This record gives sequence, structure tokens and C-alpha cells, in this order.
Amino acid sequence: MRSSRPFHVLAGLLALGVATTGLAGCGSSSGSTDSHTIVVATHDSWAMPKQVIADFEKQSGYTVKIEEQGDAGELTNKLVLTKDSPIADAVYGIDNTFASRAVDAGVLDPYTPKSLPASAKRYLLPGSGAHDLTPVDYGDVCVNVDDVWFRQHHLAEPRTLDDLTKPAYKNLFVTPAATTSSPGLAFLAATIAAKGDHWQSYWKALLANGTKIDSGWDQAWNADYTAGGGKGTRPIVLSYSSSPPDTIPKGATRPTTSALLDTCFRQVEYAGVVRGADNPRGARAFVDFMLSRPAQRSMPESMYVYPVDKSVPLPAQWAKWATVSPKPWVISPSEITQKRAQWLREWRDLVSG
Amino acid sequence: MISVLRTRWPLLLAAGVPLAALLVFFALPVGGMVQRGFWPDGRFDPAGVADVLGRARTLRVLWFTIWSAGIATAVAVLLGLPTAFCLHRLRFTGQGLVRALVMVPFVLPTVVVGVAFTQVFGIGGPLAGLHLDGSAAAIVAAMVFFNVSVVVRTVGSFWQAIDPRREQAAAALGASPRQVFLTVTVPSLLPAVVAAASVVFLFCATAFGVVLTMGGLRYSNVETEIYLLTTQELDLPSAAALSLLQLVLIVVLLGIVGRARRTPVERSSSPARRPGARDWPVLITAAAVVGFLLLPIVTLVEASLRVGGQWSLGNYRALGSTGSHHALLVPAVQALGTSLGIAVEACALALVLGLLVSYVVSRRPAGRVGRRLVAAFDGAFMLPLGVSAVTVGFGFLITLDRPPLDLRTSTVLIPIAQAMVALPLVVRTVAPVLSSIDDRQRQAAASLGAGPLRVFGTVDLPTAWRSVLAAAGFAFAVSLGEFGATSFLARSDDPTLPVVIYELLSRPGVMNFGMAMAASVVLAAATAGVMLLVERLRVSSLGAF
Repeated sequence: MRSSRPFHVLAGLLALGVATTGLAGCGSSSGSTDSHTIVVATHDSWAMPKQVIADFEKQSGYTVKIEEQGDAGELTNKLVLTKDSPIADAVYGIDNTFASRAVDAGVLDPYTPKSLPASAKRYLLPGSGAHDLTPVDYGDVCVNVDDVWFRQHHLAEPRTLDDLTKPAYKNLFVTPAATTSSPGLAFLAATIAAKGDHWQSYWKALLANGTKIDSGWDQAWNADYTAGGGKGTRPIVLSYSSSPPDTIPKGATRPTTSALLDTCFRQVEYAGVVRGADNPRGARAFVDFMLSRPAQRSMPESMYVYPVDKSVPLPAQWAKWATVSPKPWVISPSEITQKRAQWLREWRDLVSG
Repeated sequence: MISVLRTRWPLLLAAGVPLAALLVFFALPVGGMVQRGFWPDGRFDPAGVADVLGRARTLRVLWFTIWSAGIATAVAVLLGLPTAFCLHRLRFTGQGLVRALVMVPFVLPTVVVGVAFTQVFGIGGPLAGLHLDGSAAAIVAAMVFFNVSVVVRTVGSFWQAIDPRREQAAAALGASPRQVFLTVTVPSLLPAVVAAASVVFLFCATAFGVVLTMGGLRYSNVETEIYLLTTQELDLPSAAALSLLQLVLIVVLLGIVGRARRTPVERSSSPARRPGARDWPVLITAAAVVGFLLLPIVTLVEASLRVGGQWSLGNYRALGSTGSHHALLVPAVQALGTSLGIAVEACALALVLGLLVSYVVSRRPAGRVGRRLVAAFDGAFMLPLGVSAVTVGFGFLITLDRPPLDLRTSTVLIPIAQAMVALPLVVRTVAPVLSSIDDRQRQAAASLGAGPLRVFGTVDLPTAWRSVLAAAGFAFAVSLGEFGATSFLARSDDPTLPVVIYELLSRPGVMNFGMAMAASVVLAAATAGVMLLVERLRVSSLGAF
């Protein structure tokens, strides 16, 4: 609900007035401190059917106020910066590449929902972090290929990370940057997990083989991928294991693309209660809600991710065409937090040098 | 001292309100971030800051910032001069429309421009053959695209005001047209060219959205580096060091602009003439510039009208929906409404503050100290133009977090942030007009017993109302397209249209991409419409620095 325009201009001027005179008591509509509203800080990929939230609000008596705070990194860092005076009650969207930073900075209150499904336990963070953040959903970041393009060009499809550096696939691969895109960072993590200390020489080989690096996933998929926006010239793109169902042509029943399951990195997204929240009870109720069946069921269609609750059925097309990787590459969250800045710096120097 | 207070109270009050706003909504947040950088654990630790300045990477980033902005500035000046001549010294049908069109790029959201340029240079685009996609040349081209209008307006308004008799006299004494141009016209235009070039350099050196979306990451300037250091690495000492570096650069540039700018605008204007045979080279150059400015916009329109390779209005019809897979929390149409509403608020705030600042700047105190003070006051409000939006945005989070000013989650913050961005533009539009009023008129009114407010209402406003109206439209258009500052504030479930475009682009689905194109066209059309209306007011100081 927005307040009326004149009120806003007035409030703005009033805020200025307060600033000028240093008087207390100002007419700003800041984060409500009433016990009926849950302020939730999320990443900017937040999406959920209105009906699902409305049902939760009706059931619980709370009003949910979603505030998008940028990507997972920006969201985590904003929480760390504002530790002394939190901006939200609950948080959703911190992923396993940033989880340790949030836990180490102490921005979360321990809470484990009673309803945590057994299938979610494998995604709990190590150590005390297990109580701070509740796994909600996961996704696999994988290399995708345009099957139709490879058929038309009578070329065998690549299968592994090593294939991407072979001359047969020169100038065919596009990926978003690790520095400016979360799938890009996930792919860098996959290559580090796979290549260990030799990851830099692997990337040199990738670049030498004409790999294109875009700033965001959207550019790579919409502009450069042959199966994305329609005009691209690169049939290999870094995306998700859940991307193929999006390429089912109108009137057809099967996608024209597939994901390479040997190249995946698993991203897990968490929810938690912010330490010092105005409404901790509401925040806990929100974390419970994210594990509820209606919320879990809506995940694939609205956020392109898999629910952590294995007993929740996937949409038909997902069940058929969006298989997750049986063996994704893994790096522990704490190692990522420790070395991320160094990795990104080295990677940046590699690609911009 | 008391007597000064007694006669000068309206001036002090007029200066106090905007200064307080600048302190709270700009100096405080930026200071907060810098403080976190220099005092990481409450202890003063400049070592971390010194460390970043010595890194090879920092030097590379600095070097790219300077050379990309330098080339973009040179190109913008070269393209802007002939265009300024055609639009301000010649007279032809449809000139008003072209003038408005030239202004549009300046107020377009960076998101939209990034997309448009990717469409132009990218695969299947009209200039794909140049292979510039993701290159430094494409970034520089986008910077030029944004800033040509600054040169056109600043130099054009000046050019109009040059007394033609000096040129005529030189010609009568036997100087060839070329000699007239080189010995009379160029020297008198020089201050305007220097001012325009400095402002363009400032804009290019602090460009954010363009470098981020188009540079990918092969290229990083100080602004995107601060963004990465802050949002991704939380390396506040390094970010603080770069922010301070940026501030120093800006103060130097503003100093140059302030010296070059000739305060009073002569309102005598030389009559524009019909183009003759000798004007063809200039006209062709200007036409090419306008073509360059239209190309990305035309490419956008074309992309927005295609669905699955067919011509269709489907993307526009889809704007009433939330995209495929609930990409949006609200339909794009509703976001346009939100944007318009916020723009009204931001415009009102920018106008109130801008009028107060212009009022103060246009008083000419007698003493040297007073003049210095006024100049510093004027420069202070230009600062927000050049400080990283991420520093201000994150600064809001850590400084405006206590009652009575906990505005972090308040919807008031977005219009305020946008008003701070539009404020310098309002001041630059209105202040020159107020300064051009003969002070003796005010003195006469005052001696007849009019109070300061009455003087302002009867002497200043009747002369300045058109520039105020034009500034309002300009502020409105800028706010409509503002993305940088808005994107670092919390985005509630009530996003603006530029934010919606950004969200549509970051979701898969051909339909979402098409909708993003359509929404970009709607936004560009709205800003262009506002600029067209404003152009009809014929305010020469609009968009000039």
C-alpha cells in the first residue's frame, strides 16, 4: 500500500525539516514495528504466486512485506552492514556461496523448523551454521547445449568441462562473469572443484578457445545463445539444469536443448531469522511457511528451483526434462567464503588481462 | 553580525534548507561509508586504504576510467559542436522535434541503453559486422550517446547568445568565413566548450550502468570497481579509498567548470538564419549524429514489435501481465504508474530545493569572501552528480537507521534519492536565468517597501517561470529513468519501471525479453514526450552546464 502523493512530498519535506531543526518525531513510514507485519529481505529473483502468500497471511494473521535487496551477495552484505539495526525480520535467498559469511558475521538467530523434511538435512550448513539457516530450495548451474544446432551441424555434443576447451568447440561457448552474476560464480566454483590448483590454466584454455564472457546471465541466454532469444550464434551456454523445459517450442512436447549433467554446481538457497528482529515470532512463522507444501510446490514455476522437500511433486515437464545432476561438483561453504575474494581477483585478472 | 542576520535572514534560510538536505541525504551516508572504511573496527587504520591505491589492478581501473572518459569526451565535443550550430544558429522546419530528440538519450535509463547497444552491436544487430560487442569501443560509444546532448545544449545556448555584430564586423574587415570562425567564434565559445567537456568527462568517468552491462568485466572503471568491492566483497577500506579518489577528481572538475562558466546568460540572441549552400557539410554531420542517437532507439522499437520472428503488438499487450513464470510481482503497467507517481514526488522535491539553491546562487554578494562562499555553495550541489550510487545507497543503510530518521525501508527514500540526482540539473537550468536579472530591479522593489518574498514573486518569478517549468519537466524525466540510486535502495513490492525492465531481463523466457523491450520503448516514449513538451518552452539554459 502506498500512501498518497501529497503525503509523500510532505513527508519528504518534513524529513528535510527534521534534518534541519533536529526535532524528533518524523512522519516517515519506516519499517513497521508492529507485531503483525513480517518484513522479509530477499534477493531480487523473488517470485511467488500471490495466492500462496495470501493464504499464509490469512492462516497466520501476519502481513508479509517483501523487500528485494539485490542479488544474493548484496543481500548478505547489506545484512552484515546493518547488523546493529536490522532491516528485516526474516531473510530468504542467502545461498551456499555466501552462507558462511552471514553465519560468521552473526546476523542470524538460531532456528530450526520442526517441519524440516529429511531430504533437506543433506543441505544443512556444517557446524553451528546448521541452526542459523534453513535450506529451502536448490538448483543446479550447468552448461546447456542446443541439440538442434548440433544436429544441423553434424557435430557431436560436448559432455564434460574438458570438452569445452577442444578445438571442435571453438567460439561456441558463452558464460556470464563470475564477478557480476551468481550462476557465473557457481560455474567458477565448479571448475575450481573439478580442477583444483590447475583451475587457472583451465580458464586460460577456455579463453584461448574463444569463450565469450557476458556480464549477466540474461545477456548470455537472450543475446548470445542460439536457442535463447533467436539471434545468437553460440550453441553452448552456462545456465541451469531447469532451463531446457523453457525451450519447448509452441505445440511441441520436447525441448530443443539439454543440460550437461557432468558440469554442474549445486546452489542451495536458505531462509533464516535475522538477529535483533522486531518480530522474531513472525520471522519464524515465515521460515516455516517457506517449507510448507504450497510454497515448496510453487518454487519450480516461479523461481526455477527445486524444492528441498522431495515428497513435493515437480511439474510434469520438469519431472521429464529437468533432471538434476547425480554428482554435482562441491566446495564447502566455508572454503568459498574464505577464498572467494582471492578467487574472484585472480579470475578477473585472468579474463581482463 | 546581528545586522547581517537581520538583512540576510531570507538568504540564510534559503541556503539552510537545501544544505541540510545535502548533509543528511548525501554527506552523511557517504561519510558513514568512508568512516567504515578508515575505521574498520573502530580504530583508525589507513593502511588498508593505502594498500588498495598501490595495487596494480587499481591503477589499471584508474587508467581505463581516465582514457575511456577522455576519448568519449573528445568524441562528444566533436559531434556536439556541428549539431549545436545546426540546432541553435540555423532555422528549419521540425527543429523543435530534433532538439527534443537530442535530449532524450540523456534521460534514458542506463538499463535500457545497455540493452539497446547490445542489440545494435550484438548478433543480428545493424552494426554486428563491426564486432564491437563487449569491446571498449562499444562502451565509449554508449558514453557518447548519453552525453552529446550536454555539449549541444551547453554550447548551443552560448552560441545563440553571441553578439553577431562582432562576426559581421570581422567579415566586413575582410576576414574569410574560416578566419571569422577561428578568430571570433571559437574564442568566444571556448568557455562553454570547456564547461561542457568537463561535465561530460565527469559523467563518463562516473558512468556505472553502461560499463557494468556492456563492459562485462573485461573493463571496469572506478565506479563499477566500488560497486564490486562493496556489494560482492564487502571490502569497505578499498571502496572508501576509491570513493575519496573520486571525490577529489570531481572537486577538481567542478572547479574547472565553475571557472569556465560565465554566470549571466545574455538574453539577447542572435537571429537564427535559414541554412544556405555552405552549411551542407555541417548539416550532414549533424544529421549523422542524430542518426547515431536514433539507431539504438529504433533497434529497440523493432525488437519490441517482434514476437517469434513475426511483427506483432503481443509484447505490448503482455505489459498488463506479470510476465511468464511470475517474473514480476506487479504488472508492468502498474510499475509505470508507480514510476510516474514517484517522479511527481521527486520533481516537487527537486524543484523546491532547486529554487532555493538557485535563489541563493543568483544573489551577488559584494565582498570576495561572499562570492567565494556562493561559488562553493553552488559547487556543493553538483557533488551528487559524481559520487558512486552504491556508496550513497549503502550509506543510507548504515546512517539513516535510527529514529527520528529511520528511512531505510521508507518509500520516501526513493523520491528523495532521485531528487538529489535531479537537483543539480534544476539549479543549472534556473540559476542562470535568475542571475541574468538586473539586481537594480530588486533593489528598486525593495526600496519601495517590498519584502524579500514579495521581491522574489514580482521580480524574479515573472522572468524565470518558464525555466522553472522546464526544469520541472527535466527533473521529472530524469526521475522517470533513474536506475542507479533506486536500485541500491530496498525494492518493495511496488517497483519502478526501470527496475521492472531489469527484472524482466534477468529471467529466462522469450516473452519476458520481449516485454522488457516493450517496456523500454514505453519508458523512452514517456521521457521523450516530457522532453518534447519542455522543449516548447524554449529555455536555453535547460540541460546546459
